[in-house]
Amino acid sequence: MEASDNVSHEPVAGRAPLILGAPDFHSITNAVSAPVERPTPLAWWFFFLPSVGMLGILGVAVGWLVWEGIGVWGLNQPVGWAFDITNFVFWIGIGHAGTLISAVLFLFRQKWRTSINRAAEAMTIFAVMCALLFPGIHIGRPWLAYWMAPLPNQMGTWPGFRSPLLWDFFAVSTYGTVSALFWYIGLIPDLATLRDRAKTKGRQIAYGIFALGWRGSARNWQHYEMAYLILAGLATPLVLSVHSIVSMDFAVAQLPGWHTTIFPPYFVAGAIFSGFAMVVTLMVITRKALGLEHIVTLFHFDRMARIMLVTGSIVGYAYSMEFFIAWFSQNPYEQFAFINRAFGPYWWAYWTMITCNVLSPQVFWFKKARTSIAIHFIVSIFINIGMWFERFVIIVTSLHRDFLPSSWGMFYPTVWDVLLLLGSFGLFFTMFCLFVRFLPVVAAAEVKSVLPAADPHANGAHGGAHALHDAPTVMSHHLAPKGAH
Amino acid sequence: MPGFLPPFFPEGEHYGLLAEYDSPGALFHACEKVRDAGYKRWDAHSPFPVHGIEGAMGLGRSRLPYVTLVFGLSGAIGGMILQLWANGIAYPMVISGKPFFNWQPYVPITFECGILLAALSTVFGMFAFNKLPMLFHPLFGVDRFAKVTDDGFFISVEAWDPKFDAAATERLLASTGATRVELVKRREGSAS
Repeated sequence: MEASDNVSHEPVAGRAPLILGAPDFHSITNAVSAPVERPTPLAWWFFFLPSVGMLGILGVAVGWLVWEGIGVWGLNQPVGWAFDITNFVFWIGIGHAGTLISAVLFLFRQKWRTSINRAAEAMTIFAVMCALLFPGIHIGRPWLAYWMAPLPNQMGTWPGFRSPLLWDFFAVSTYGTVSALFWYIGLIPDLATLRDRAKTKGRQIAYGIFALGWRGSARNWQHYEMAYLILAGLATPLVLSVHSIVSMDFAVAQLPGWHTTIFPPYFVAGAIFSGFAMVVTLMVITRKALGLEHIVTLFHFDRMARIMLVTGSIVGYAYSMEFFIAWFSQNPYEQFAFINRAFGPYWWAYWTMITCNVLSPQVFWFKKARTSIAIHFIVSIFINIGMWFERFVIIVTSLHRDFLPSSWGMFYPTVWDVLLLLGSFGLFFTMFCLFVRFLPVVAAAEVKSVLPAADPHANGAHGGAHALHDAPTVMSHHLAPKGAH
Repeated sequence: MPGFLPPFFPEGEHYGLLAEYDSPGALFHACEKVRDAGYKRWDAHSPFPVHGIEGAMGLGRSRLPYVTLVFGLSGAIGGMILQLWANGIAYPMVISGKPFFNWQPYVPITFECGILLAALSTVFGMFAFNKLPMLFHPLFGVDRFAKVTDDGFFISVEAWDPKFDAAATERLLASTGATRVELVKRREGSAS
């Protein structure tokens, strides 16, 4: 494949560049803007129309649910939570990779993130939109969803702030807001690029309004970079808190199979794992369709494969640790819950999860797999499926065997459960199709800043090139006496 | 109010001078010279943040973190008070016989409220410091300036800088390695 010698190199200290083909600033602008500026390609409709069709299914499924009530789902006693919360946790987890790439890798100065962070952040926002749908509708009477908000009302009541479900409401809505802010301020310089390249008045005004009159001013960049750094610093603990709190929806309950202290880190690792899989799925298609293969390179896929391998192994460790604790605690209910999980009526869901989440990413130990787009795509689909099943297994297998055998039951999804899941993918892919059509998929300004030519001392006149965004270098500029350069 | 409206500039025929450079390095060194010449009302423009240019321009650190700190703490304190008041005074609920005033279960929402206000204030504080949105600006009247969001590097010196002198400033900018220096008019009517 192209430039396999690029893998495991970085542009720092004279190593191979992140962006292939030695582009200059203008060619990056062209490559990133072209997909937004050319006439709508036929291939886009090929993805967009089925997505909109699935979105229509979502509308019908939600409409029927609201009309008829949650009895249209397969819920029963004892399984009062199933697809709705599975889908919620699945989607919110998908979002976490976007924040990891945009915020955590930014703080760690991982410059390779610049090629994929925009698309990953967009994915986060769309995934959070899908996630927020489910708590909204699973309450059965969505017009009363505002009861979750601390608003004065005619009943004189207030929400119970001691409940993890309310923590979740605050965590997810804060997460959605902060992700959207982070994404938007990242977009501003690129929206200004589209404004300045616009050929029609309509485009100029549309992009111009959202670009806010950005002029690339160094005084503006100074506050902008500070805002970006602070948001990254805020989003990092936030993203860890969100899935920790989601896990507390379960862990705080007394139910065997849910009531474990390992849940917060285990859920966060699983969220990052599933999110990276979704980034890979989307980027394999997007980079090919938009001709961005020199910007999103095999190097990026190699790095994402390593993260999937690590997080997949953490998830595998958590699965085995649950069994160990069940044995070690000598709690018969706990032991029953886990033996039942692996060998009970839902054994097939459990082993699907193990195969997809623990076994399939192990191929990434091999460099051949890490640098093969086909293997990436296949494994990412496996992980997406496996992580959906993980939530299904945790939720349904823990509920369906109640404490009293007389209360045992089974959950079988109805067609409306399945259509709602399908429809949420419709919402997600519709939003993503619109995103790749109308907004720059790659953060062009950030990619330019990691090109070797972006270094003001690239000509070597000052003792050699040094890395951009390198903290000690920033210091040296501030401390250097005037005229030292 | 930072604005949708055109910026308010002092009277005069010109906005200032605009010099163009062909690389981030040229811009960087030109900034050092303009800084050392003692100009105050001037700016550099680039498609991406040029590393270390705030030093070359003699700018201090952004004060945005203080905004974040104040609003973040207010959000956290407000979130904690809201919960203590709502579940302790306004609508006390017995949950597993726990005390009405226990701060521990309120930590997650306190944290989220702090993060929410910190993030909102950071973004809107950045807009306020940068006087954005500012949809009209004399520099947008310069056709070449459209390159600033692509691959162009510029320095603009405003005409009301105390040291500004059309001829002398133009000579200074030309001596910094600018590929082109031009006088920017204030456009009559809507823009400026």
